[in-house]
Amino acid sequence: MSAVTPVTATYLESLLAGQAQLAASPLAWLNTLRAAAVERVGVLTVPTLRDEDWRFTDISLLTKMSFHPLRTAINLQAADIERFHIAEAATRLVFVDGVFAPQLSNIDINSGVLVSNLAAGGAACAAHLGRHAEFHNNVFAALNTAFLHDGALIVVPRNISVATPIHLLFIATQKDVASYPRCLLLAESGSAVTLIEDYVALQEEAYFTNAVTEIVLADSARVNHVRVQREGAQGFHIANCAVSLARTSNYQSVSVALGARISRYNLNVQMAEGAECAVDGLALISERQLADTHTCIDHAQPHGVSRQLHKCIVGGSAHAVFNGKIMVRQGAQHTDSQQSSRTLLLTGRAQIDTKPQLEIFADDVKCTHGATVGQLDSEEVFYLQSRGLSDTAARNMLTYAFGAEIIDRIPITSLKQQLEQTVLEQTASQL
Amino acid sequence: MIYPGSKTILEVRGLCASVSGTEILKGLDLTVKSGEVHAIMGPNGSGKSTFSKVLAGHSAYQVTAGSVLLEGKNLLDLPPEERARAGVFLAFQYPIEIPGVANSQFLRLTYNTVQTQRGKEELDPLEFDDFVREKMKLLEMSPDFLDRSVNEGFSGGEKKRNEILQMALLEPRLAILDETDSGLDIDALRIVSQGVNKLANKDNAMVLVTHYQRLLNYIVPDFVHVMDDGRIVKTGGKELALELEARGYDWVGAKHRGAAPKVVAKVAA
Ligand SMILES: Nc1ncnc2c1ncn2[C@@H]1O[C@H](COP(=O)(O)OP(=O)(O)OP(=O)(O)O)[C@@H](O)[C@H]1O
Ligand SMILES: [Mg+2]
Repeated sequence: MSAVTPVTATYLESLLAGQAQLAASPLAWLNTLRAAAVERVGVLTVPTLRDEDWRFTDISLLTKMSFHPLRTAINLQAADIERFHIAEAATRLVFVDGVFAPQLSNIDINSGVLVSNLAAGGAACAAHLGRHAEFHNNVFAALNTAFLHDGALIVVPRNISVATPIHLLFIATQKDVASYPRCLLLAESGSAVTLIEDYVALQEEAYFTNAVTEIVLADSARVNHVRVQREGAQGFHIANCAVSLARTSNYQSVSVALGARISRYNLNVQMAEGAECAVDGLALISERQLADTHTCIDHAQPHGVSRQLHKCIVGGSAHAVFNGKIMVRQGAQHTDSQQSSRTLLLTGRAQIDTKPQLEIFADDVKCTHGATVGQLDSEEVFYLQSRGLSDTAARNMLTYAFGAEIIDRIPITSLKQQLEQTVLEQTASQL
Repeated sequence: MIYPGSKTILEVRGLCASVSGTEILKGLDLTVKSGEVHAIMGPNGSGKSTFSKVLAGHSAYQVTAGSVLLEGKNLLDLPPEERARAGVFLAFQYPIEIPGVANSQFLRLTYNTVQTQRGKEELDPLEFDDFVREKMKLLEMSPDFLDRSVNEGFSGGEKKRNEILQMALLEPRLAILDETDSGLDIDALRIVSQGVNKLANKDNAMVLVTHYQRLLNYIVPDFVHVMDDGRIVKTGGKELALELEARGYDWVGAKHRGAAPKVVAKVAA
């Protein structure tokens, strides 16, 4: 790492301001973890276009603004957030500007799963928190860890299948605030759970969400992870998610990025022997939005199976970035990996940087990848027009269909319908 | 059927059209009156599909001369969707697959759009579902095709039935069926033909583009035209089709234009 430049030092210092006021936790290990993270923030710098991992993603806008930690929590009423409810989810944890809001949350005690605020976490927490989402070389993960206080802790005991999804709702309500959502999901062996990570806003001005999620699957566990980033139009969203799969476990994820002025999602999936994952994504952006998805699926052991379909619909003068790294380590024989990236550019000014990155060190593997970038098919548009649909209606329908392929993979009907409606409205407004 | 005193639905005069600088239609004349069924035959590459797509308003084809009137209105001024709303329907020779768009949703949206434009009532999803299922029965189509993406993975014959289903829903004034019979098995040919016959009445007109007499056993044409090199070069009654089947095209002066590679325009999205 290069030396800390004055600009970023000021910036990081300003972000860190207030960290010292954070009340010490009664948990000694948590204080130690925070301190280690604070130290890393002091060493690391904010990435720029010169960093390989950020070469397409200009976040200088973020660094030009100053954000502070939450000072006064807003007291939301249940009615304020009703429209974000997901009918199927019996358990809902709500965090307002990063702070746990028990009065808005609902924990289904009959589900067999342990759901609580991280701040009350015990030993299970200590063994995993900060161990999967590494912050040593990641300044945003380090910042999040430095501010560790509230967060979602979910422990699914052995062989328990949780019937209904667990909804984590992160609501941004205040301008200029930096919040640090955090989630740790431990799925014990043979368990199964569906987790919805949902980022929304109740205001339209600039703020900063810097989230970290860690998901740990023990042997044969199954996790469905649905991530919806629908931040406010001026929001900044940077998130790191680390998933660790033990033997023959199965991780299915669909992440949808719709909001934020600038967003970046890093997803890191570690695969043990015989593990399977499906990692799908959709970015639907317009105007001057930037949405970056960086994923890494790391096949460290044999017989892993990974599937990935990432789609971007880019309108206006928006800019999408997708970097999909597939790592197949030596000894990870019989890995079966497929990756596909498909992008629809709706305007001449829309931009995509898409890059598959295969690093294969085993010889007996099946790895395929492909990327397409295109406009709407004029023959398809004509076909719809010849049936009476206007040019606009035809284009809307095709754009919607392109995105619906990903949304259809969300296993929660009401959320799927909500998002389909959003996609429909968003495509209609851009064409 | 020819009805005395019926009004003209389509009037094409001296139509010339080109695609990427190559002239394909070279002065085509055709008059179609309400109630009539016309068949257009002709060698591969003679311009039959081009003519169909020009009528439907495909933007890849430039009309360089001539006129096309639909019920007295200048069709060439209208974008494709307005032609469809005015009553033009083209059953494509190669129906396009549209992954991700449910057939039911597509059919309902097109139906309601056209109904609204014609000043009629829309149907809500439930009403439409009943309505479309009735129409599907007519074509012996399984309702399963409603839940699938438009034409995606449909067999050749299934695609053609889906085209006729759309025609049944949109109730066009002028239907152009471009080789709807090709790819149909014997039963499907009968079913589709019966469907078309049910839809034909004294207020609309059908133009069938076909290579084979057998379709015309089911849907009996009032006129048979031979197209060659971008023009109608011969017109006769239904017996002309039999004669063409027996004697080929040479005797009418039409030539087979070699087997130029056929490209189905389809750009990967
Ligand atoms: N987009 C295009 N670019 C170049 N040539 C074209 C294009 N579309 C059609 N043509 C040419 O125009 C001619 C007429 O084609 P068209 O499809 O209209 O023939 P057709 O009579 O329908 O033939 P078939 O009986 O085989 O369906 C052909 O020579 C074809 O190659
Ligand atoms: Mg043809």
